[in-house]
Amino acid sequence: MNLELPLDAEKVRALHCGDTVTLSGTIFTGRDEMHIRALEFLDEGRQLPVDLRGGALFHCGPIIVRDHEEWKLVAAGPTTSARMNTLEPRFIEAFRPAVIIGKGGMSLPTVEAMRENGSVYLALTGGAAVLAARGIRKVIGVEWLDLGMPEALWILEADDFGPLTVAIDAHGNSIYENVAMVVKENLPGIMRSLGIE
Amino acid sequence: MSSKQPIPVRVLPFELVERTVVNLLRIAVTSLPRDVMEALEESLEKETSPVAKIQLETILENIRLAEDSGAPMCQDTGIPLFFLRGHYEDGIEEAIRNGVEIATKEIPLRPNAVHPLTRENPGTNIGKEIPHLVWNPSMEEMIEITVMPKGAGSENMSRLAMLKPSDGIPGIKKFVLDSVVEAGGKPCPPTIVGLGIGGSSDIAPQLAKKALMRPLDVENPDPMLAELEHELKEALNATGIGPMGLGGRTTVLGVKIESAHCHTASLPLAVCLQCWAGRRACARIYPDGMVSYSREGFD
Repeated sequence: MNLELPLDAEKVRALHCGDTVTLSGTIFTGRDEMHIRALEFLDEGRQLPVDLRGGALFHCGPIIVRDHEEWKLVAAGPTTSARMNTLEPRFIEAFRPAVIIGKGGMSLPTVEAMRENGSVYLALTGGAAVLAARGIRKVIGVEWLDLGMPEALWILEADDFGPLTVAIDAHGNSIYENVAMVVKENLPGIMRSLGIE
Repeated sequence: MSSKQPIPVRVLPFELVERTVVNLLRIAVTSLPRDVMEALEESLEKETSPVAKIQLETILENIRLAEDSGAPMCQDTGIPLFFLRGHYEDGIEEAIRNGVEIATKEIPLRPNAVHPLTRENPGTNIGKEIPHLVWNPSMEEMIEITVMPKGAGSENMSRLAMLKPSDGIPGIKKFVLDSVVEAGGKPCPPTIVGLGIGGSSDIAPQLAKKALMRPLDVENPDPMLAELEHELKEALNATGIGPMGLGGRTTVLGVKIESAHCHTASLPLAVCLQCWAGRRACARIYPDGMVSYSREGFD
């Protein structure tokens, strides 16, 4: 299923953990430094250079080269979302993205913020940067390039970007929490087999 | 000849080393060693859950695309770590630095090296102590350069434990299990687990890195360590963390151990995780200017 960005609340709530989707439309990259600066802007009452409402935030530090007058995307896989765990709940509340794309999952306060706002977390296979770049039609622009290539806020135009797995839905469910429970159940048996009870 | 005559220590042309470094980085970031490819393909056969299968299929498809297009398979082209063996060559550090800078523009690599406090990014992958060089002097008539571009997703999950000798093998197993469970999907599983056992608080992590350079299908020559590698691999794959932490049967592609003797009062243990993109490449430069390349290593 391909989804057009920006997404309204109804479409977001129709998604459930385990669904596979692709995205088309505008995607904004943002990782550690972008989150920190965006929240500084919020504290200072300043407007962000982009409108994230209903849009997609991509935890990604891409490789992009300048080809004459144009930016050319080379590789764009997801980065570890958990680094943004402490920043994301406030970020979601303030800027209201409908979609967060990343890898490795996020902690419970973010799951809760996503439920409250009506957002989903879409897992993109970590490291699959060439495949991911194929789903980006062009680089629309960049903000905050002073943060360096990986940390800047890149504005990308996606076309059938994915495959993405709904890993945290807008109903408070998280595949990562389910897996954590399975792991917890498996641990006593594993420890017995290793002789470390 | 005067006894003050300096020992001639430059044999290789500077440009040859530079070009070899660019080639090595290109090989490393656009393709994977045979052993890692085989382990990934094997994992796909073992998975039954659709979500786990999608992850591994995407990984394999992505590697094919990277090889065909010459683009880095992962946007995190890592921090450049170099391991050298052979005669010391005057100026080789500079040749390697230049090679990294050229590769960053040419391939291109993502400029990852930043100042640790100001986070300022020079944009070249060049900085203080980066690229990092580890020398292993030898009398062989060649210089061997191995590069391991190490991504941060997995590197950030590295752990060091200064265990008590009484913790013994059970303590080692417990710490490895805890480290991999705590890392979950963050280091881009299926990972390769490098363990450094013994030495000291600085030697153990170096051993763990060295362990990651041994091909997955080459067992530890020490039967006791080989057994521990096998046992831990089975145990970690029984956790259910799975590819990308989304659940499944493949959490690790392998466990590799290197060891050293240690103080009678110590039991250092380092865990270094390597994401599925177990990138490494090796070149040997001979005095006549011939260069041979291998992803898997020569020994």
